[in-house]
Order: sequence, then C-alpha cells, then structure tokens
Amino acid sequence: MATLTSPGRAKRRQRHSGVLLLLGPFLLLFGLTYLVPLCYAVVLSFFRERFSGIGWDGPRRVFAGFDNYTRALTDEEFLTGVGRVLLYGGVYVPVLIALAAVLALLLDTALVHARRFFHTLLFLPHIVPGLIAAIIWLYLYTPGLSPIIDGLDSLGWHVDFLGSAGGVLFSLVNVAIWGALGFNVILIFVGLQAVPRTTIDAARIDGAGELRIAFSVKLPQVRPTVMVATLFTIIGSLQLYTEPMILRTSGESPIDTAWTPNMLAYASAFNSNDYHYAATVSVLIAVLAGVLSYAVTRFASGRALR
Amino acid sequence: MTHLLDTERPPARPEDSRGGRSPGRAARSGKSTPWWLSRTAATTLCAIAGVYTLLPLTWLLFAVTKTLPELYSGNGFSPSAGFHVWDNLQDLFTEDSGRFGRWMLNTAVYALGGALIATLLSVAAGYAFDKFAFRGKEKWYALVIAGVLVPHTAIVIPLYLMMANLQMTDTMWSVLIPVAVNPFGVYLARAYSAGAIPGELLEAARIDGAGEVRTFFAVGLKMMAPGAVTIFLIQFIAIWNNFFLPMVMITDNDLFSVAQGLFTWNSAVSQNPEYTRLVVVGSAVTTIPLLLLFIPLQRRWRAGLAEGGLR
Repeated sequence: MATLTSPGRAKRRQRHSGVLLLLGPFLLLFGLTYLVPLCYAVVLSFFRERFSGIGWDGPRRVFAGFDNYTRALTDEEFLTGVGRVLLYGGVYVPVLIALAAVLALLLDTALVHARRFFHTLLFLPHIVPGLIAAIIWLYLYTPGLSPIIDGLDSLGWHVDFLGSAGGVLFSLVNVAIWGALGFNVILIFVGLQAVPRTTIDAARIDGAGELRIAFSVKLPQVRPTVMVATLFTIIGSLQLYTEPMILRTSGESPIDTAWTPNMLAYASAFNSNDYHYAATVSVLIAVLAGVLSYAVTRFASGRALR
Repeated sequence: MTHLLDTERPPARPEDSRGGRSPGRAARSGKSTPWWLSRTAATTLCAIAGVYTLLPLTWLLFAVTKTLPELYSGNGFSPSAGFHVWDNLQDLFTEDSGRFGRWMLNTAVYALGGALIATLLSVAAGYAFDKFAFRGKEKWYALVIAGVLVPHTAIVIPLYLMMANLQMTDTMWSVLIPVAVNPFGVYLARAYSAGAIPGELLEAARIDGAGEVRTFFAVGLKMMAPGAVTIFLIQFIAIWNNFFLPMVMITDNDLFSVAQGLFTWNSAVSQNPEYTRLVVVGSAVTTIPLLLLFIPLQRRWRAGLAEGGLR
C-alpha cells in the first residue's frame, strides 16, 4: 500500500494526524466541559419535573416551554439578585478600572521610586484566594474584632460594614477591589510599556505636559487591554458568590441564601433540588454576560471610530 | 473582544528594553510638572495603595500569633504578648483528626494536577492553531475564544448533573476534569507559538523525518516553555481561587479543598467560637507560603503577559 501513495500525500496525512493528536485532546475536553454543559443547561431550562398521582412513581420530566423563563423573569428573588449584581458591578468595575489605570500610569511615568517594589507589593492579593480575602476582611468588618472599626470609633466615626444593605455592598466592592487591583495595574502597565517611545517623544516636542500625554497619548493606546480587563471584570462580577457567602456567615448581614443570581442557582439546585430552575438561572446569567460583553465591545469600537 | 480574536499582532517588546530612558525624561519634565505630579506625590499615591494592600495581610500575620481572647481584645495591628504560633499550628493540624492537612493535600492535587494538564493541553492546541493549516481553523479558534466569555457558573450546575449521571461526583475527577480546560490558555499559547517558534525550524525537523507530535515535544514545547510557565501560573491561581466548583461537586469532607474546609469551619463559628482561631490560622498557613513562593515568579508572569500580546 505504501508504495501506491505519493510522498506528498503521505506527508499531508501525517500532518493531519498531527493536528488531530495535538488539538484533539483539548477540543474533546472543551466540548465536554463547555459546549455540552451549555447545551444541556438550555435543554434543562425547557423542561420541568412533575409528580403524577401522589408521587409514588417519582417525578416525570415534562416539556415546559418558556415556563421556567417566565417564572424567573417574574421571580422577585431572581430580579432583585440581578439588580444587586448590576449595582455591585456598576460601582466595582468603573472604580477598579479607574484606580488601576491611574496607578499604572503613575508607575509608567518613572516618577515613582522603587517601581519594582510596588509591582510586587500590589500583586500580592492576586495570590490570595477570594475566599480567604473575604475571611480576612470579614474579621476587619466585625465589630469587636476589627482594629479598623476601633480606630474609626476613636475618631468618633461609627461605621457599620455588615448591617445595612448599602454597607454590605460597599464591603463587597472593597474586598473585590483589594483582590483585583494589583493584577489590573500590572495588566495595564504591561500594555503601557509597549507604547512606542517615539509617539510619546513627539507629543512632548509638541509641548504636551505629562498629564496630557498620560490621558491623550498613552491611555488611548492601551484601550484594548483596558477593554479586556473590563470585560473579564464584568463577567466575574455577574458571578458573585464566594464573598457574600462568607459575609453571610457573620450572621449580622442582610444577605440571604439567594442574594445573588449565582447563590439562587446553587440554592435551587441543592436546597430545593430544582435543577431545571437552576439551569434556567444559569442560562440567564450567561445571556446577561453575552449582552453586556456585546454592549461593552460595541461601545468601545464606537468610541474608537470617532 | 475583537482584540482577542486579532491574532496577527507584532510581538511585544521586552519590558526592560527602555530601562535607560527614565532619568532623562524625569529631568526634562521637571520644570513643567505640577506639584501633585512630582516624584514625591506620585510615590506617596503608590504608597497609599501599598498600605491598603498590606493592611489585611499584616492583620493576618499578627493574628497567627494570638490566642482566641487576644483576637477579640487588643490592637489588631500588633503581635501577641506571648508567641502562640506553634500552639496554633498544632491545634490547626490536629483538629478533626488532622483534617486540615488532608484538605491541603487535596488542594495541591487539584491546583497542581489541573494546572499541569491544562497547560499541556493549551500549549498543544495553541501550537496546532498557529503552525498548521486545516479546514475551518479560524472557526474552531473563534469557538474556543468565545469560551473565554462564558461565565463558569453557567456550566457548573449542568456539569454536575452530567457527572452525577456517570456517578463521578464526589471524586477528585469531578474537580480535575473541568479545571483542566482553559480557553484563555489557548489564546496565549497561540501568541507564544507565533512569537517563539520560527516556521523554518519546523520545516527542518519535518525534512529530517520527525513526526508532527515528536516535533512538538522535542522543538515546540521546549521553545514555548517560558510562555507555558505563565499559562501554568494563571491556571494554578484560577483553580486555587475556584470555590464554586468544588462546592458543587464535592460533599465528602475527605475530598474538600482548603477553601471548602475553611468555609465549613467559618460557618461553625457561631456554635463554637474556637473555630475563629482555626480559620484565621488556617488562612495564614495556606496563604503566606504561597505568597513567598510567588514573589520571585511574579516577574516571569509579567513578562509572559507582555509576550502573549495582552496589552
């Protein structure tokens, strides 16, 4: 057989099997852990379980059409949860990105002493798991344990980090910013380092000050990085779960088991065994993420065109 | 996202290439700079961010030295009068007949094993996307990159049901398999492959008659090693950070990750305040060694992002 195939064809076949062996394992697992579950979630969301008779036979799976979606979109728990993560993201994302951009620009101007030291320092929280960051901050928020509250008290300023809805939101945003700030500073800094020197020098010769250069020359050049950072942060904030779960354990906060959509999905699946509704909530989170990603990229490219 | 899909970008310049320019620039801009953009002001602003970063970590460091009553009284930002680190550590590792050590071991398996497999798969896939031409290549690639945008939690619950059908929940595999896939790693790997491996080199290997897979392991993988380290670190931290997945998949205490274990203890504080101390010490024991380990790796990670064209 081998004599019948020309050398070129044999080589091409070898190359094809090479692609299959190198790409196949990843694509197989990608399909199994991304595509199949996503499709499965969509399928589940169109069914529900029904008990026939007195329920001796166990539940039967019946087609539900858009019932689960109607239920979710009229479910006050779900809607307030979505409202909370949107409010949380609406505060968290702009504050984080603005702070990160300013710090990255400062570090890039070479005006800062010990730049490398600050890089390392600011990067540290990225290595602290979100759960542990939330635990540490929970103690710093707990009256009686917290030196911060004691300090503010002695200044005559009484704060409640956990009791009120507004306080909890602020506390969650703070935990998230603490954890993500350094990572984003470095991400944007890496981008700034690649801005061509000549562009900056040209602006300086034209008489632009440092501030003008920072905001009108450097920042537009790193827009793609900032966009990616913004997108990842938005998608992350929609999935808020770990931090409120930890703050909840204090017993003093208004956080309940379905405080965010993600917590609602978990509670529906594992407390009330309603996988169909949990899947529906999951699909809606994914849709929301898609819509927001689309809006952000459209907004960004629209701005770029002008 | 258009940027992520844009694969034809010039390789980034190494970050230290302009180390020499700073003194000149600083001197020249000295006159026109307003006071609040001066060297001192800029350093002060960064220092404020630094203090904010260090505050919780300092508290944690001091808390390790304390007894339970000391945690509730006295200054949080000063060490204990006595030094109780060893007592605390002993209690941590003997509580629940040594549960904590078990959780640490599990987490090491999840994070190291998962990151290792994920890195190898991403690097092979990124290399294949970069170096081969095949039908529908860019469509496949776009599909993979779209995976970056999928919220994890949207797939975890259906994944749980799939695993449950296969009787695989409450096994290490139920955590390891999902974390072994990282689409973002493929994006980075493709950029590394484009930047680090000259096409002629592969042609040479092919003419020598080496198989494609052997060429990958002998030439490609070696040249992409620095990039692979970055992908490994990113995925390691992502798994280390992932609380939702083990929370859904694992109910067997013996297979808990550290995060799950600490969460369970933290939820029991209202019944037994003694757990407060164990949670604090446990948080420190899992965090501080990793922080020290990552400080030298942090520069490598930063350089890797620059090479990956994420800018």
